Amino acid sequence: MSVKIGIPRALLYYEYYPMWKTFFQELGLEVVLSDPTTKTILNDGVKHCVDEACLPVKLFHGHVINLKNRADYIFIPKLTSIARGEYICPKFCGLPEMVGFSIKDLPPVIDVEINLRNPKSVLYKSFEQIGRYFTQDTRLIKAAFNKAMEAQKYYLKSIKQGKLPSELLENQKFVSPVKADLRIALIGHVYNLYDKYISMDILSKLKKQGIEVITPEQLEDAKIEEQANRMNKKMFWSFGKRLLGATLCLKDRKDIDGIIFIMSFGCGVDAFISDLCERRIRRETGIPFFLLTIDEHSGEAGVNTRIEAFLDMIRWRRKNEESNISAYG
Amino acid sequence: MRRVTFPHMGNLCITVKALFESLDVEFIIPPACTKRTLELGTKYAPELACLPLKINVGNFIESIEKGADTIVMTGGCGPCRFGYYSEVQREILKDLGHDVDFFVLELPKGNVGEFIKRIKSIVGNKSLLTVARGVKKATKVALALDELDRLSFRIRAREKIKGKTNWIMKKFHHQVQKVKSAEEILMLIENTKKELKAIEIDTKVTPLRIGIVGEIYTVIEPFANFRIEEILGDMGVEVDRSLNIGNWIMEHVIKYALGMNKNRPYEKAAKPYLKTMIGGHAQETVGNCVMYAQQGYDGVIQLYPFTCMPEIVAESILPTVSTDLDIPVLTLIIDEMTGEAGYRTRIEAFVDMLMRRKERNVAVDKYILSGN
Ligand code: SF4
Ligand code: SF4
Repeated sequence: MSVKIGIPRALLYYEYYPMWKTFFQELGLEVVLSDPTTKTILNDGVKHCVDEACLPVKLFHGHVINLKNRADYIFIPKLTSIARGEYICPKFCGLPEMVGFSIKDLPPVIDVEINLRNPKSVLYKSFEQIGRYFTQDTRLIKAAFNKAMEAQKYYLKSIKQGKLPSELLENQKFVSPVKADLRIALIGHVYNLYDKYISMDILSKLKKQGIEVITPEQLEDAKIEEQANRMNKKMFWSFGKRLLGATLCLKDRKDIDGIIFIMSFGCGVDAFISDLCERRIRRETGIPFFLLTIDEHSGEAGVNTRIEAFLDMIRWRRKNEESNISAYG
Repeated sequence: MRRVTFPHMGNLCITVKALFESLDVEFIIPPACTKRTLELGTKYAPELACLPLKINVGNFIESIEKGADTIVMTGGCGPCRFGYYSEVQREILKDLGHDVDFFVLELPKGNVGEFIKRIKSIVGNKSLLTVARGVKKATKVALALDELDRLSFRIRAREKIKGKTNWIMKKFHHQVQKVKSAEEILMLIENTKKELKAIEIDTKVTPLRIGIVGEIYTVIEPFANFRIEEILGDMGVEVDRSLNIGNWIMEHVIKYALGMNKNRPYEKAAKPYLKTMIGGHAQETVGNCVMYAQQGYDGVIQLYPFTCMPEIVAESILPTVSTDLDIPVLTLIIDEMTGEAGYRTRIEAFVDMLMRRKERNVAVDKYILSGN
């Protein structure tokens, strides 16, 4: 029977799963994914995590508990940095410790550090360390690593071609509007946007109404980078940079009807990023901006009402603007 | 000429005063933090920003009202939010119509020239040697202030007549605003130390000892922590503060700028629990907690501002440290809504518990001894 490696369906699962999965499978392991988020998983997470933590980190704890008795190892890499001179967030830096000291009786945790902050660091080194838990055959590890990189590249390519992570990973089907009446940008961390339970499936909700949705993942990385680099000071949070750069990309576009920024309550990174985004958008454009804060107590009905109100406002504004134009045209 | 200001953080204002006076820089010390400072900050800063950022914003606005046009602050490059304070604060002030310059004292990686240019634009045409001398003097002041604080912690817990230490320290903070130059400040510190040492103390008591760890601003800034050292000291507890302005300047500004080796015993102590640096002072928090336990302290208090990312990680680790090393830990989270009464009650309950625990342990020791 092959060794089972558990991967929590949370946090950067939405960013890196194809890579991890391929790597472990190539090493001959069986990958066990935690179940899609449910109320129980979330509640378990909340129970086993300090109150002050943000929703995504609490949820991560829940997914680890979901895997606890089903896997021989649990994969919680220490993702300190995934790009030169950048970090993700202090909580990612300390995630293995946070989880390890909060949940008792876990199977062995693979907590290898990935830290690409220094220009000299090499990603393969971390993979080799991970691989060595299971085999000493470095040729095998190297081959698995290469396959993993390919899988990741393919995944990213599909996203840039218009597929959403939840379509690719979760088999979620969306109705794409035939004729969209609005184009809304939905800005938020991958683990907030593409977890159907956490986002209360806001993507489907918008699309069902015939709204075209744009998410940061679909924008060109180079453009995001370029916009973010215009800040006075280098933005050093990789995903903070994605959200900020993506929002700034929208600034010069005339075809965006509104921006919805989803942030988790207690997210230190987004407390800053959402504020910077909102100030720039308000100061330099007329695009309506709506900050939606979610936590474990958010009720779906309340969120729906607030989104509806925002969309109504946009539609009403548009109608008025159009009639103004025709009146003067 | 520029009129420079900076944010409050404990004794930092005295240190900066020493520095700027020796360099003839015109500066404005932000009015002491008050409820208004906090209200201004809370009103204009993002709701979920951490408390230090909010109080900083309040300081800046109040300094601008007094004529400041340039803000000097330290920086960083992540992973914690402090490295981006300057940008968020710049935007806030901009939206309020305050067009001030920000000087962030950080070495833009490798670019020493740029760093020097920034410094020159503040100090004018002084030679770098003069600047270095000024910095040296200011650091001396900072270290002396740390020592003064430490002495006050020791005396306050043991004084026979309660309130003496507080009175002398209050007098010091009042007088220090009036004296000019690093030399005079140092002299005043020396005199104050003598006054403290002259206080009659009770040599028979062995006070409870509590170590304070956590996020640096809440540990150091009395306005943020409701003068926790006084609260504890007045209850007869001897406090040790793991973070201080002086060693912070040494570690983070001077050694960083000179690329010197850092002396960080807490790193090793933290290792079994937190393997790497994760930003802010989480590693210090965990490491110092371990060291306090090893040094036989009776308890540890962790302070941090609501939503502080690194300290949340530390908080989830501390219960294990507490059980492993048998040291009680109290976590206090502070935000603009924290009420002093409730905060005090929690500290008092913690101290009561430590007191009972100590008596019990002493009783057990006695029993063992008499059993022999
Ligand atoms: S980036 Fe925000 S949401 Fe994500 S782990 Fe950090 S604090 Fe939590
Ligand atoms: S250490 Fe905490 S309080 Fe300080 S900047 Fe970071 S998050 Fe804010």
